[in-house]
Amino acid sequence: MYEGAVQNLIDELGRLPGVGPKSAQRLAFHLLAAETADVKRLVSALTEVKERVRFCAVCGNVSEENECRVCRDPKRDSAVICVVEESKDVVAIERMREFRGRYHVLGGAISPIEGVGPDDLRIKELMTRLSNDEVTELILATDPNLEGEATATYLARLVKPLGLKVTRLASGLPVGGDLEYADEVTLGRAFEGRRSLEF
Amino acid sequence: MYVSHLQLADYRSYPQVHLELEPGISTFVGANGQGKTNLVEAIGYVASLGSHRVANDAPLVRKGAERAIIRAAVVKGDRQAVIELEINPGKANRARLNRAPATRPREVLGVLRTVLFAPEDLSLVKGDPGERRRFLDDLLVARSPRFAGVRSDYERVLKQRNALLKSASAGLAKRRDADLSTLDVWDEHLAEAGAELIAGRLALVAELQPLVAKSYAELTSVGGPPVLQYRCSAVPDDAAHVPTGSPQLVDVLHSALRESREQELQRGISLVGPHRDDLRLYLDDLPAKGYASQGEAWSYALSLRLAGFELLRADGDDPVLILDDVFAELDAGRRRRLAGHVRHAEQVLVSAAVAADVPDELQGTRFRVHEGGVERE
Ligand SMILES: Nc1ncnc2c1ncn2[C@@H]1O[C@H](COP(=O)(O)OP(=O)(O)O)[C@@H](O)[C@H]1O
Ligand SMILES: [Mg+2]
Ligand SMILES: [Zn+2]
Repeated sequence: MYEGAVQNLIDELGRLPGVGPKSAQRLAFHLLAAETADVKRLVSALTEVKERVRFCAVCGNVSEENECRVCRDPKRDSAVICVVEESKDVVAIERMREFRGRYHVLGGAISPIEGVGPDDLRIKELMTRLSNDEVTELILATDPNLEGEATATYLARLVKPLGLKVTRLASGLPVGGDLEYADEVTLGRAFEGRRSLEF
Repeated sequence: MYVSHLQLADYRSYPQVHLELEPGISTFVGANGQGKTNLVEAIGYVASLGSHRVANDAPLVRKGAERAIIRAAVVKGDRQAVIELEINPGKANRARLNRAPATRPREVLGVLRTVLFAPEDLSLVKGDPGERRRFLDDLLVARSPRFAGVRSDYERVLKQRNALLKSASAGLAKRRDADLSTLDVWDEHLAEAGAELIAGRLALVAELQPLVAKSYAELTSVGGPPVLQYRCSAVPDDAAHVPTGSPQLVDVLHSALRESREQELQRGISLVGPHRDDLRLYLDDLPAKGYASQGEAWSYALSLRLAGFELLRADGDDPVLILDDVFAELDAGRRRRLAGHVRHAEQVLVSAAVAADVPDELQGTRFRVHEGGVERE
């Protein structure tokens, strides 16, 4: 244990995902040794992101405006919605430059272990969009792991009465992984080969 | 196949050790607590990515060290493969195969195959169903590594489903409806992965049966014959017929899940599926667990391992045979017959506290294990 402020910093850093106690300590001492100006820049980046960035009122993607860039773009196809877990998945799919539809960001996947159920995800918002919009196809692009699959199954069943075309990304994505780690070519193929879900 | 090199760093009691091994028989002799089992445990870990002694990895890392490293070279015919495993408790382990990083450790499964006999094997007969499920699953994975994926998918589904049942049974009315709406989804995944695992185990048991009977008859003339019966928790005890195909088993699991749902919700835990199944062992028509003598139980346990060895060998390549400190447990007759059974395997690694316990035909190249050092005599 270190004294007051240092230990505080270590504890806070340790709360970040993927940062264990050892890394937290390393980061803390790095910051201690860093130039004041560098640390100030980091602090203002943190403050700014909390002040300026919020979530798109339509799709839940990160955005600096009320609606995100994709939702504001009139050229995007409103008939197709691609459902993803996180904003970073939107970035991965946009990088591929093939998908011209719109997104819906759930904010995670169903995972009882972490206490995440359907009510904790932006599923009600999705249902509202589906009932209002001229949507004809829903692409379920949740992660290719168990929780992502379970979330996709759940959604497919939920929207079944609406009679939409519901598709799931083709296999070929590294199973068990995160969507964001798939390279553009693999992701492009998975989109192209997406298959209808039947229940 | 055989292991030609084994190198450990911060594994169990070993800060550093490097062994060169040959095909044929090697014997590790040293007093208790000197590190014999630690050595062969490491070889077993390379084959199965798990220890036969502990369920999690933390005890494998030497006290005070951050990670353990096992490096093993495996020779198969005229080819050699080098596996390197980094064990990081609490974090993801890492694996390299021939210097190239594997996306996940599971990719090295199947490169080395071992069959390990240990004093704990008696619990295959006398212990809980979990011991026997593990025996079957380890063998399944050794034969076809894709079952490692099936098993871990199943375990993950089970964890999620149990968490859900627990929160539903804790009964916060508001959450309960939301929880129940997703239970069907988990049922589906449980039935899919569960059926595949059960189908694999059933096929394996059918193949094991004649081999176990044969090994048992060779080890002893008392008791028997051994009869294996796989008991599905999803099928009533008195059911006339248990389907063996994966698609039918999906249906069987679904209807069992429907029937036990109320009970599962009350108790907050998954009550049907391969995690509740058992491999029942009989001697003729009596359950071995209650009726077998110590000698019969040992013969049974050895027969199960030997049958596993025969199965893997029939797939085309001798697995490395490891006999860790088992001779001290056996009488002279069983020692001799076991030795006769295994001595022609491509590589046999034997450990014993007392060299005299090891039958003559298994003496081979002698290594002395003493205070974390291993020396060839
Ligand atoms: N993680 C560990 N760190 C340091 N020592 C360990 C660790 N795990 C086990 N040991 C030591 O290894 C020894 C047991 O070695 P083992 O191989 O089981 O002995 P044996 O020769 O009887 O088979 C014990 O002395 C134990 O304290
Ligand atoms: Mg031992
Ligand atoms: Zn948006």
